[in-house]
Amino acid sequence: MSLSFLVAPFVVGAISAVMAVIISFIDMLVNNYGEVKLSINSGKRVITVKGGSSLLSSLARQNIFLPSACGGRATCGVCKIKVKSDVGPHLPTELPFLTKEEMRDKIRLSCQIKVKTNLELEIPQELFAIQKYSTAVTSIRNLTPDMREIKLSLKDPEQIDFKAGQYAQFIIPPYGKIKQETQRAYSIASGPGQNSELEFIVRLVPGGIATTYIFTLLKEGDTLDLVAPLGDFRLHGTNEDMLCIAGGSGMAPIKSILFDMSENKITRRNVYYFFGVATPKDLFYQKMFEDLEKKWPSFHFIPAIADVSTDSTWKGETGLVTAALENYLTAKIPKQNPKQAYLCGSPGMINASIKVLTSYNVNQADIYYDKFS
Amino acid sequence: MTPEISPIILLLASIFTSNILLANFLGMCSFISISKDLKAANGLGLAVIVVMTITSVINYAVYHYIIVFFEIEYLRFIVFIIVIAAVVQMLEMLIERISPALYMGLGIFLPLITVNCAILGVSLFIQIRDYSLVQAVVYGFGSGVGWWLAILALAAIRKKVDTSPVPAGLKGPGITLIIIGLMAMAFMGFSGMLNVQ
Repeated sequence: MSLSFLVAPFVVGAISAVMAVIISFIDMLVNNYGEVKLSINSGKRVITVKGGSSLLSSLARQNIFLPSACGGRATCGVCKIKVKSDVGPHLPTELPFLTKEEMRDKIRLSCQIKVKTNLELEIPQELFAIQKYSTAVTSIRNLTPDMREIKLSLKDPEQIDFKAGQYAQFIIPPYGKIKQETQRAYSIASGPGQNSELEFIVRLVPGGIATTYIFTLLKEGDTLDLVAPLGDFRLHGTNEDMLCIAGGSGMAPIKSILFDMSENKITRRNVYYFFGVATPKDLFYQKMFEDLEKKWPSFHFIPAIADVSTDSTWKGETGLVTAALENYLTAKIPKQNPKQAYLCGSPGMINASIKVLTSYNVNQADIYYDKFS
Repeated sequence: MTPEISPIILLLASIFTSNILLANFLGMCSFISISKDLKAANGLGLAVIVVMTITSVINYAVYHYIIVFFEIEYLRFIVFIIVIAAVVQMLEMLIERISPALYMGLGIFLPLITVNCAILGVSLFIQIRDYSLVQAVVYGFGSGVGWWLAILALAAIRKKVDTSPVPAGLKGPGITLIIIGLMAMAFMGFSGMLNVQ
């Protein structure tokens, strides 16, 4: 039998192989930038890294974690950093995320900057606090059919310093068909007073890599790594009335903020907490907040259930959380007081709430939110 | 048979009368998208000159010494593309190391050259017209220069058009395509001087 039909694939394969060898040889020769020094905040800390990879990952390897939601694909635009050294003009991939002022201030997207030479960087002091924590799962409890409360006790380091409302990034190891490590953000539900054990609320997202792992594989006693504290959702101001609006697992940062206020006796402010869920069986923490109401006279917990057809005994607000918000703004909340709003939930809920709030003259600048995406 | 054309005539012809862009309409996508900025257009044009010259020579050698030898002429498209893709990849790494400034201007556009039909077109024309090695080098280089000239001219014109009153419906791609058409007609004026196939 003649094997001549093998000639063509063999030749094409050989040409590709030769090209691949040359490319990897050039890559080895050219992409080698040797050891590079990164000087942070005018030499307060100097780290030595191997050149050739992005600034974001070079810093992460040294346990300096800049916030990044997309993991270095230039789609979230939060890994901003000030690079004082000249690293060339802004790349077209950076432009959509930077304002003119930021460009003038030499702010860059760290995931798009390749480390080639010694660099002078400026990193806000609080970002230095961000680091990787190794934790152990101490308790997993079902709150509703698709909502779980998870408590993690910190092992290394053993304590964390964070502000109420901030979040942590869970590092989900590869499992089953998922071959890569995955990072997902979850808000811390416990208050900063409790600095060696953190609480989280996780909702099962069908098909979600992290939530599937947490619901099916994670058990009490397991270890879980996380990066924290991140985010700038936190309490502002001193006297304004607070309108807190949350849906589902959006409960977490609001709970952290409210219990932190109660613990530190910041209970002079009027607080209205609107908590929206779909059906009666989705409601959780109701008793906890009713107890808080008893301790804190100017705090009001207003759960709103969208569909009450399965429970005829429900006496509270029905319909969407925005409907409850409108009822209260019309009839029950004093109009003359200045107001602030704290929102956490789905983009749909947040956008609808902002619409209602602005129509009742709450300033856009006084609306703080943490949007799930 | 190798056609008898002197290298100088072939060089001029490939730059002007048979300009790869304006006579053959190859390499249009990057021509239109990168011509918004004169500096980037210049960088991309120079990169095209380098890539075109190098790939014409390599593809000439690959065709005559490998493809013909193994009698797999029908696979030349695939082989040419592999060579072009590899050369662009190498060029990208080298430019990044040698001139970071040029890399910043071209960085994300360089991969565009890989799928630039002008580059493949030149390699194929050289093979179809049976050029000699010298002719291949001259034709590859000349076509690159022609492409560079054309994109520089378009970028300069577009800069002027940006500040000119253009009817609303023609703003952007519309007026650009009209300009390219007029440029192609202008380049046709050269065709009386020389005609090379």
